[in-house]
Amino acid sequence: MLTKDQAGDIFDRIKKLSTADEVEVLFSGGRFALTRFANNAIHQNVAEENYAVSVRTVFGACTARASTNKFDDESLRHVVRASESLAKVQHPDPDLLPMPDSREAGGRAHIAYPEPVEGSVRSTQALSRHFEQTAAITPEARAEGVKTIVGVAEKYALTTAGVYSSAESIDGLFNSRGLSRWHTQTSAEVSITMLAADSSGWQKANSPDVANLDPLALAEIAARKARDSARPREIPAGKYTVILEPAAVLDIVGFMFWDYSGMAILDQRSFLTGRIGTKLFGDNITISDDVAHPLHSGSPFDGEGVQRQTVDLVENGVVKRVVYARATAARMKRSEHRDKVGPVEATGHGFALPNEMGEMPLNIVFAAPRDPQTVEQMIASTERGILVTRLWYIREVEPYEKILTGMTRDGTFYVENGRVQGGVRNFRFNESLIHMLSNVEAMSAPVRGCGEESFDMVVPAMKVREFNFTEVTKF
Amino acid sequence: MKHIANWALDTAALRGASYADARIVGQRSRALTTKNGKVGSASDAESVGMSVRVIADGAWGFAASAELGRAAVEATSARAVEIARASARVKRENVRLAPEKAVVAEWSTPYKIDPFSVSVEQNIGLLLKIDAELRSVAGITLAETNLNFNREEQWFVSSEGADIHQTKVSTGAGYAAYAFAGNEIQKRSYPNSYGGQWQNKGYELIDELKLVENARRIAEEAVALHQADQCPEGQFDIILDSSQLGLQIHESVGHPIELDRVLGMEANFAGTSFLTLDKLRHLLYGSELVNVVADARQEHGPGLGTFGFDDEGVPAQCTPIITKGLFTGYLSSRETAHTIGENRSGGTLRAEGWNRLPMIRMTNISLLPGETPLRLEQLIAATDRGVLMQTNRSWSIDDKRYNFQFGCEMGWEIKGGKRVRMVKNPSYSGITTEFWNSLDAICSREEWTLWGTPNCGKGQPQQVMGTGHGAAPSRFRGIKVGSAYKSS
Repeated sequence: MLTKDQAGDIFDRIKKLSTADEVEVLFSGGRFALTRFANNAIHQNVAEENYAVSVRTVFGACTARASTNKFDDESLRHVVRASESLAKVQHPDPDLLPMPDSREAGGRAHIAYPEPVEGSVRSTQALSRHFEQTAAITPEARAEGVKTIVGVAEKYALTTAGVYSSAESIDGLFNSRGLSRWHTQTSAEVSITMLAADSSGWQKANSPDVANLDPLALAEIAARKARDSARPREIPAGKYTVILEPAAVLDIVGFMFWDYSGMAILDQRSFLTGRIGTKLFGDNITISDDVAHPLHSGSPFDGEGVQRQTVDLVENGVVKRVVYARATAARMKRSEHRDKVGPVEATGHGFALPNEMGEMPLNIVFAAPRDPQTVEQMIASTERGILVTRLWYIREVEPYEKILTGMTRDGTFYVENGRVQGGVRNFRFNESLIHMLSNVEAMSAPVRGCGEESFDMVVPAMKVREFNFTEVTKF
Repeated sequence: MKHIANWALDTAALRGASYADARIVGQRSRALTTKNGKVGSASDAESVGMSVRVIADGAWGFAASAELGRAAVEATSARAVEIARASARVKRENVRLAPEKAVVAEWSTPYKIDPFSVSVEQNIGLLLKIDAELRSVAGITLAETNLNFNREEQWFVSSEGADIHQTKVSTGAGYAAYAFAGNEIQKRSYPNSYGGQWQNKGYELIDELKLVENARRIAEEAVALHQADQCPEGQFDIILDSSQLGLQIHESVGHPIELDRVLGMEANFAGTSFLTLDKLRHLLYGSELVNVVADARQEHGPGLGTFGFDDEGVPAQCTPIITKGLFTGYLSSRETAHTIGENRSGGTLRAEGWNRLPMIRMTNISLLPGETPLRLEQLIAATDRGVLMQTNRSWSIDDKRYNFQFGCEMGWEIKGGKRVRMVKNPSYSGITTEFWNSLDAICSREEWTLWGTPNCGKGQPQQVMGTGHGAAPSRFRGIKVGSAYKSS
């Protein structure tokens, strides 16, 4: 693995090569391995190691970026020249700020966890997101994990497909004002699909600590879903009470967080334009962004090296504020919107500069409800509804009412009189997120959720009334 | 570079691999964007590295590294063999590859102007000129433009003797104008949404696109959509413009014909396919007018799916996918060809870069134009009641590729052969084979465009790939319109 000291040496070499007023260097990369299985056998199995250095130079109010994955003198000279050549021909950007020093960027260079919280995976109390046990996973160990999963599939005469991956990665930032940031972490992930003749089931989990993953338990749940949803019935599309498991919740709600951005408000492309301070969702919806949450992963600094702050985005259904990169906050303070958007300050959520998107919250935490219910309790209290394991191919249909379309997938069940009554054919939905989050009847305790349509977050399962299914597919 | 790749092959052979190939790839990209009169991003990126793919103990292994020194290359190759042996712990049968003649060849994308030779100042000047045109229209609240250039040079060698040096160049450009007013955001894009038009060409593409010339019209349309009526809901004949039809082909033909999906290899992420093996040469996929090919050859055009050889050394080919409505072919690889009774790969295995495993990807999946001369305006004139839909805004399809829903940026209601009014928020939905069987008219070659889709995602870890889709405006009968907005 590239170390902080090695990166610091590379930065020093780049600094000497640069003629720019300011220079910033981002480091990213690591070791990644993934074992992929289908039809009860490993069919793809890959590993890579790669590191990239990305150089941003500034001349006056002009900036640009160039990157390479080669660290020899000639490559570094070339990447510095490329960055400077691009920067020199830019038009001056009046919003460009000097790079932050360590005082402005904030003091916390590492994650300091609060007290552990309860969740579906074991809370981690260590002050690191790097676990030797995860970094040391071998191809043989992943194969053994896959063998366990295939064993479950064969026990139930099912076919399985999925992945078992592991990674060790670095993120680093150095700038010519003396700021240096470094973050290392590990991650492991297991995702399992179980296929029967006319049904399927799915489960997925990931964690910086492989000890939190239990391939056998995940395989058993996926297998149960496949078996229980066999011979799916077709029931008509319409408005149903739905019980969305955590993966389904994060798949769909993830589509709104691009809009919790000062830049999105300035661009008038956010569904929150003109709505900050208003009650948009139900009383039971409270959302924050918190990189230090013990169930989250990721680095504690943003694309300029600024410490990520905990930000309360929604409180009891009222949208309180959005996140800001440094330059966006400065622009917002000068804009006509400044009095209508809540607190305006750099929050440490900016993307690497230069970029056109500004910033985004990436460590979403839904607050625990006052009266958490398990999925089983939600089912028991449902007269007629649909239980959804996972959503798929979600896209935005209408940006201001935040209407999204997508499909259910891999375990969709009919619930009647408080019991699961078997599988149903998958639905297409067209649903407004504003409407959905105004109709949440019950929530579970939040867990670390992961899906395929959005980024990992800490989310509950939700029971939602009048969810809008518009079509039924053929399976 | 060949000697470096050979170090990998030698090590793999020494470690007992029965097959090995190595790819050394150098990629260069430039991305320039503007937003509301300012440069949004300006970046250059280069990445160089090597990967080794091996079969050992009858199973696959793959390893990649950016280090090209001899010790690192040999270690990467040894790692690939070690991984293959781990794969063999959970296998059902040995991997077998369809035979392929080992080729020694050079190939490169034909282009007139190297896009990297054009100065950044000129490019930014062009983007800011477009931006100014867009924002000169009252009501435009956000204007975004982009230019993208890519160059990929690859050396491929295999233990069977293949030795291929291939260079691909692609260019992309586009822009979008947004108008926010009241409780509504409307948008128009040119020449296509989500990045514009992309082709395997040089800078000459930029001139061909007439970007500046169309900017004002696009901005005016975005603003005008606010005054337009909502697209009516119900059963309508619809005419899709060629860019929207290109995406329709991508989603409802291109993905279902990927043989790895059909065989369950993508079941955990991208999904499977309704096109089970029993349907080959039996399923009536579409009406008699529907002829679709998967054509990676240069003679098909400069699509993002055009190349000389795929990433396991198989020459570019043309495979008939739908012939007069009948389903006739899949996208295959050396590993999968035997499952459909073929003794040769269709040549569709491609990787995103040096550090990714090649997998079955769409090449240029194109609907051939109608043979009878037919322009778009003639097709409209021949339509009694319908909706013309232009430029994609949203797209979604289930994981077996049956049920789809698309939204478009702009529509025109057609009555009695005339466009009678602009309509906003048009959308349509359906079931794949029912939809293609409802096609009753395709415009002819003059209206045909080979569109580039630069952002097709597939695989774990996910790989983004460029694909091509030729299409001419076409008419579909009795399609469900508007259920996307029949809302919550």
